[in-house]
Formats: sequence, structure tokens, C-alpha cells
Amino acid sequence: MLELVGIHRSFVRPDGSDLLVLDGIDFTLREGEIVGMLGRSGSGKSTLLRIIAGLLPPSAGKVVYQGKPIAGPPEGVAMVFQSFGLFPWLTVLENVQLGLEALGLPAAEQRTRAVDAIDLIGLDGFEQAYPRELSGGMQQRVGLARALVVHPNILLMDEPFSALDVLTAETLRSDLLDLWQGGRLPIKAMVLVTHSIEEAVLMCDRVLVFSTKPGRVTADVAITLPHPREREASEFRLLVDHLYTELTDAVAGERRVRPPQPLAAETSLHYVAPGLLVGLVETLADEPYRGSADLPDLADELRLDVGDLFPVAETLQHLHMAQLSGGDLRLTAQGASFAVADGDGRKKLFGEMLLEHVGLIGHIVEAIRERPDHLLPIERVEEMLSETLDPESAGETLHTAVTWGRYAELFSYDDRRRQLGFEDV
Amino acid sequence: MPKSRSRPHPLEDGEPLTVNPVSVERGRFAFSVWDLLAAVLLLGVVALLAAGSQGVFGSLKELAAAPISLDPRHLPGYAARTTLRMLVALVLSLLFTFGYATLAAKSRRAEQVLMPLLDILQSVPILGFVSVTVIWFLALAPGKVLGAELVAIFAIFTSQVWNMTYSLYGSLRTVPRELIEVADSFRMSRWMRFWRLEVPFAVPPLVWNTMMSMSGGWFFVVASEAILVGDTEVALPGIGSYIEMALKRSDLTAVLWAIVTMLIVIVLYDQLLFRPLVAWSDRFRFDRQSASAAKPRSWMLDLLGRSAAVNAVAGRLGALMRRSFGPRRGAPPRLAPPPRPTDRKRLRSRRVLVDVVWYALLVGLTGVVGYYLYQYVGSALSLGEGLNTLKLGFYTLIRVFSLTALASVIWVPVGVMIGLDARLTERVQPVVQFLAAFPANLLFPLAVWVIVRYGLNTEIWLSPLMILGAQWYILFNVIAGASAIPNDLRDVGANLRVRGWLWWRRIALPAVFPSFITGAITASGGAWNASIVAEVIVWGDEKLEATGLGAYIVNATEAGDYPRIILGVAIMSLYVVLLNRAFWRPLYERAARRYRVG
Repeated sequence: MLELVGIHRSFVRPDGSDLLVLDGIDFTLREGEIVGMLGRSGSGKSTLLRIIAGLLPPSAGKVVYQGKPIAGPPEGVAMVFQSFGLFPWLTVLENVQLGLEALGLPAAEQRTRAVDAIDLIGLDGFEQAYPRELSGGMQQRVGLARALVVHPNILLMDEPFSALDVLTAETLRSDLLDLWQGGRLPIKAMVLVTHSIEEAVLMCDRVLVFSTKPGRVTADVAITLPHPREREASEFRLLVDHLYTELTDAVAGERRVRPPQPLAAETSLHYVAPGLLVGLVETLADEPYRGSADLPDLADELRLDVGDLFPVAETLQHLHMAQLSGGDLRLTAQGASFAVADGDGRKKLFGEMLLEHVGLIGHIVEAIRERPDHLLPIERVEEMLSETLDPESAGETLHTAVTWGRYAELFSYDDRRRQLGFEDV
Repeated sequence: MPKSRSRPHPLEDGEPLTVNPVSVERGRFAFSVWDLLAAVLLLGVVALLAAGSQGVFGSLKELAAAPISLDPRHLPGYAARTTLRMLVALVLSLLFTFGYATLAAKSRRAEQVLMPLLDILQSVPILGFVSVTVIWFLALAPGKVLGAELVAIFAIFTSQVWNMTYSLYGSLRTVPRELIEVADSFRMSRWMRFWRLEVPFAVPPLVWNTMMSMSGGWFFVVASEAILVGDTEVALPGIGSYIEMALKRSDLTAVLWAIVTMLIVIVLYDQLLFRPLVAWSDRFRFDRQSASAAKPRSWMLDLLGRSAAVNAVAGRLGALMRRSFGPRRGAPPRLAPPPRPTDRKRLRSRRVLVDVVWYALLVGLTGVVGYYLYQYVGSALSLGEGLNTLKLGFYTLIRVFSLTALASVIWVPVGVMIGLDARLTERVQPVVQFLAAFPANLLFPLAVWVIVRYGLNTEIWLSPLMILGAQWYILFNVIAGASAIPNDLRDVGANLRVRGWLWWRRIALPAVFPSFITGAITASGGAWNASIVAEVIVWGDEKLEATGLGAYIVNATEAGDYPRIILGVAIMSLYVVLLNRAFWRPLYERAARRYRVG
């Protein structure tokens, strides 16, 4: 139905160099299947979805739909958004009619089709309500109805359940699956972007696993379990474990071949609160794991989703405090000694590891030392980062470096004067 | 410090739902008492328009033959004329706003010119605009009243349009990305996207800004109805001319009549136009919190909503609009592929080249205009005159500053006390809003009467008039800031027994600081504008004058001395721009960064 051929996508950094986000994606969407795109943030899966939707052009490669390469949003492809994307000034009915208005259908037909879609998705009685009067779950139902009412061939969903609480998400998932299984949806195929492994196994016929920076498809796993699928069934657990392994390998990917390099000063950092790092190390060191844990178990115990757990685990790996491989997280010798150290000892160890493995931190300490008054305006660091990073990740990187550095007592920061220094004020 | 990105707030399915009952279709065109009321109101507006536009196309001679009468029986008619000018200016401002802001938001090159230009335009004193352009407007319709009407309308226009344009531009640039993607994925035409997405998103701030800048409008319509430039003297029928005449005749009773009339007009304007607009625009608010906050209500809007005839007309218009939304004509939209690295260099150098040409054109044009202005002003005036104007500007600057400071010392504590009391706030806030809308120049005669009576020093005692109208912005904003202090912070203060000066220094003042700065910026701008009205005042045969740039501009205007008008206006704009850039903006940014609550 739809074919991706050699899709590349890069964004231009402020200094003019390229940041490759998607690297050579080939993929064919077949009629009657639900395909999941699984990866952590930064794997470019949402970017890919927008390329399929024609909202974003690829840097190279093409999207072929109904035999022709697309050059804009194609007819017959509809999208459901993570935070719903409803127009707050339109009622449920008007929101659902929006796509039909754009098609220029007669008013009467608009109305019947919209009412039908609203009934189908279980919102009858709420036609005249405004989105703000509805709960999140019902808002996303409106989002679904709005996508379905144009009778698309393909439905694209960008983490449609991740803004909902656990129970609501589960209800909506099974309602959608029931409609799909019962052949009551006007669509022929679905693409679901997710960072939840269980969601992928629950809903999809096929799961593509994405690596990060740049995004590549590292595995294409078929899921043939019959519906309805039971989360507690052993086959289900087996598949979840399998995907965990695929995902950690995709994340750890090349780093397994060569040991992690110290992060260059201009590499972007993903913010992880120091408390979370300490908590993960302690959990790993404690019973029952004793220094090595299966990621699904760890995620379960910490009540974290894979998307939230990976950045923490990865940061530990960068700091040489733990090692990721084959779906396992293992504490290193440094990690173990960190776990047993007392408060001051931990700060000292953390500081040493930061200086050794995070280029930016070393750079900041060096720069403060070089100033005659030992005070460094934070604008200097901002300027340096904004040369290579986009404003958002530059901000996050700086915030991360300053928080970690302060936690390790490597330097202090005075927000009033916007200065970094060694003295506490 | 950027905060780490927060995940979308999880919404519970269990929260109680408040749902509009599905409306039962009422029998269409069945007339009710609501229709009758709506019809009466509508006819009233039409009658007002008809009465107000009488004589607009007449000649100035006829106007001069029937001078302004101080008989209060003529006041309703004068009020209608003044109100009509406001309405026309409002419509023109909206048209300008939609054109200018849309262009600036959609085109990068236009933006590079239009936005700095807007920044300058809004710094030019409004009556300065009027002084410079009055001859041109009068020449547009020689010998006709229409030309003078255009002058007054232009004064109102300049007092509100820049604000509105900023508001629309800001909104158009911040339409949520996800909604743009929705619009794209449904392949909406540009036309449909503008009316379905961009305009609704921009409506609430635009309505609010329009309402807030109306107060300036009343001030300047009153100040610009009686025109005196050189030999040209026109008094348009209106409240402004009425009060001008009252001043000339030293008639205090007439002044009081004018004040009462103005009060009534402002209340009607608010109730019939702005309350309904604010209540209506509430539905377009994008932030979710508004669901819980009290919804603004308007009896007028309710009345219109109950009228089947009004609903039918609105429904027709809506249907007509929807029909225009059909699919895009012509070729489907195409995404330009991102340039390859090899092409990019070439593209970038081409873009730089076009930019250079564009900037060169702009600099050239500015240079030519500047040169001619310099020639014009310089041929008539010496450098000494220029320095003298700078000195006068400094005197006015001192007045503006000390009065803004004085108003702050008075209104910040009052505002904090009011803002902390939710029920009091609810009652006081509309009153303050009303006070801000009331044209302070109507009160000048009372002050003048006092000054003359007791022989006070005009250099000092004329100054408070500058801040009379603008001070309410400080109070208004401080109340809003204080009522937004989180309860947690107040409780902590009480719990730690923080009291007295420590409480003000550590809790109240820092918490309201950002909103205070916002109010002070508006107040200071208003004071500059008012200086042109407040530094020279006529009372009967006496002319009260304070030394300053405002008085300089007024005197130059009365003498029809164009080089001096231009010089005075340019120097005042310079002062305002510099003050904004060097003082207010840094202070505002600092306040926003350091004292942000929550």
C-alpha cells in the first residue's frame, strides 16, 4: 500500500553542519496490518511518521503511495496526535467535521458522516461538547473519530496513548482493537509509533525496532499471537523480553563494539536528575539484583517505561558506572564502589567520573579556572553550545551540565548574576 | 535556566464532566421577546450612526456658522458623534491590523522592516502624529468637514492600532505546532487555515488588547476634536470640542455635564460592545485552565443568543463561510525538499545576496528620507534649537519619571492589599478598568480651576495631570499580580510568621514585581503621550504652561511651525525609544527571569 525507499532525513545544526536523524529507512506497509515503530526518544520515529504523512519532506529517498511518490499530505492518510490536536473553539461535532469541510463535501453529508464516526467511536451524546469539557481519554476518541471520518486508507498514530493514564489508555487500546478486528473501521492499515514495548506487542502484527542517533531499523519482528492477547501469557512475556533485548542492542549498538568514548564538549546531554542516577545504582546494587538486572524487571520495579529508563541507564553507561547489553544492565567496579560510598564519597566519585567522561563538564571547570576572577558568565557556555546544537537541546545540555556539576560540587552557579564559579554564595 | 521538559499532564477519565446538553432545535424564525429586544437595540445603533454621520460631508463654513453650544441638551448628539468616530477608528484599526500583522507574520523580509517600524511608530507621541498630518488630511477634502473628521479618527486609530497589531502578530507566530500539522494533514487551504485556525487562536488576546487600548482612544478623541494648527481652526461637534469650549469660557458646570455624559457613554460602550465581545471570545481561549475559571458573561450576548433571528443570520453566515472552505484549487501543496549540502551553500549565498540588496535598499531609502527631513528641519532651525529641545525633553523626562515613581509608591501597596483579597479584587478590578478607560483630560479643568484659584506653581502642579489617566495601569497590573500569588507562598509566609516590612520585602514585592513592571511601562508611555495635553492648558483667558517638550510641541502646533513640530516629535520619539531600550526592556527581562512565580 505504501512503500518507503531509502529515506534519509537530516536537520541543519546552527553552525551549518548536518544532524542525521534517519539513515536509510526501507519499509513496505501491507494491507490489513498494524505496524509498530518502537524506539526511544531521539530515534526519529516521529519524524518518520511525519514524512509518511507528507508533513515533512525527506532529505533523500521517497515515499510511494498508490504507485506514486508523494509530494505533500496525500489523500487517504490520516493522523492521530499525541496530545490530541483538537481545536478548543470547535465542538466535538465541528472538530470531527473539519476534514470533511476541507474536502468541500455538502453540509448534509458532512453531518451524517461525522455523526456516524462519533457513534462508532463511542462518543454519542457529546456532539455539542467542547474539548475542554472532556477527559483526556474522550478527547483522544475525538482525535480518532476526526481521523476516521475522512475514510482514510492508512491511519497513522503518534504515541496516541502516551498522554493518557494507564487505565484509560488500556480501554482505548482494546476498543480500537475490537473495532479493527471486527472490520468496522474504514481503514486498511495502521502505523503506530510508540516507546512502550507492551503496547507494541499488544497491538501490532509487526514491530520495527529503531536505533538512536541516527535512527535505523535494527529489527523487524513479526507478532503472530492471536487476539485478544494476554499480557500475562508466557508467549507474550517472551516477545516482550525479546524486544527488550533488540532495543538495548539497538541503543547500545555500536558502543558494544568499541568502548564508550568520553563525550566531546559539544555533544548534547539528555537531562537525568542526579537523584534518579543514584536511585538506579542503589537498586542495581541491592537485593535481588546484586549488580546485574534484566531491564524489564528493573522497569517494572521502578515503575518506569522503557522511554524513561533508557536515558538513565545510558547515562550510567557513559559515566562508566554500568554496562548495557543484551537487555541487561550490569554495574561496573566504579558503580559498585559508588553504591557503597557515603554521601561525600559519592560526590567525589561522581565528580571524578564527570570530569573524565563528560567533556563539557571538564571544559567548564577549565574555563572557570582560566578566568582571572574565577567567575565564568554562563553566556560563554551558552554561546559555545548554540554553535552546534539547536536552542532546545543546547538549553537541556547546559541545564544538565550545571545540575550535575553542582551536585558533584565541582562548581557553583549564581542564577542572579548568571555566573559559574567555585565559591558557594 | 531552561526547565526540563515536562510530560503532558495526564488527564483522568474519572473527573466529573460538565457537558452542555445537546441543544434542542428551536423553531426557526419564530419571533420572541428576545427578537424584539435585539431589534430595538439594532435600530438604536443604526439611528446613532445616522445621527452621527450628519454633516460629515458638509462644508467647514457651515460648521463654523454653528459653533459648539454649551447647552447640555446638545450633549447626547455630541456624544453620538464622538462615539461614531471611535467605531470608525476601531474598524480601520482592525483592517490595518489584519493586513500589517498578517504580512509581518508570513513574510520574513516584510517582517524585517515592519516590526522595527512598528516599534518606532508606537513610540511616536499620538498627538505628534496628528500635528504632522493634519494639513494633509484637511487637504484630502478641501473645505469639507470630512477632512477634520479624518484627523480625529486618525488620532484614535494611532492610539490603539499598534497594540492590536503586536497582539495579532504575536498570536500568528505562536499557533501551536500540532494544530498546524492537523491543518496540513487535512490539506486545508490557506484561506480555511486562516479562518479556522489562525484567527480563532488570535481572537482572545486581540479583543483584550483592543479593549485596553480603547481607553487611549477616548483620551485622544477628546484631545483631537478641536483642531488648531496655524490659521486652521476647526471644532468638530463632539464631547472634546464641548469641553474645549467650556475651558475657553471657564464654565465649570458645563465641564461637569461633559464628565457625566462621558461616564454614560463609556458604560454603554462597555456593556453593548466589549462585554459581549469578551464573553464571546472566551470560547477561543487555548489554555485548558479556563474551564475552571469563572467565565466572563454578558447580558447583551445572552440576549442576542436568545434571539432566533440573530441566530438564523449567524447560522447563514457560518454556512456561507464553511462553503468557502472547499478543497484547494489548483495544484496540491508541495513540500520543498530540504536542500542537499552541496546546494545549500549556493542557496545560502543567494539568500545572503538578496538580503544585502534588500538591506541596501532600506538603508538607502532611510538615508534619503532622513536627508530631506534634515534639510527641511535644518534649514529653518539651528543646532542650538535642537539642543534646547533635548533639554526640554529632559524636563519632561524628569516629570514622567517622578510621577511614575510617585504613582507606584501609592498604588503598589494598595494593589497588593486588594489583590490578596479575592472578593475585593472581583469588585474593584472592573472599577479600575473603567477608571483607566475614562479620558483623564476631562478632569483637567477641575485641576486647572484649583491651580488658578490658589495660584500654584504650574511647573509642579500641572505635572500630576500627565499620570492622571495612566496611573490605573499600575494599580490594575499589581492587583492582577497579587491575586496570582500562589496560596502556598502566602501560607508559608503566615506559617513562618513573616510580617511587616520583611513580608513586603521578601514575599509581596518580589511576587508582584513582573506585573508591576508591565503596568509601569504602560503608565510611563501614557504619561509621555499625555505630556502634550498636560503641559499647556487654557482656562478662560489664562494660559497655564509648564516648561517641557510637550508644551514645545503644542506651541509649535498652534503656530503651524512645521520644522519645530517635526523636531519636537522626533526628539520625543527618541526619548521614548531610548528609555524603552535602555531601561524598561532590560528591567522587564530581569523581572521575568528572576521573580517568575511558579
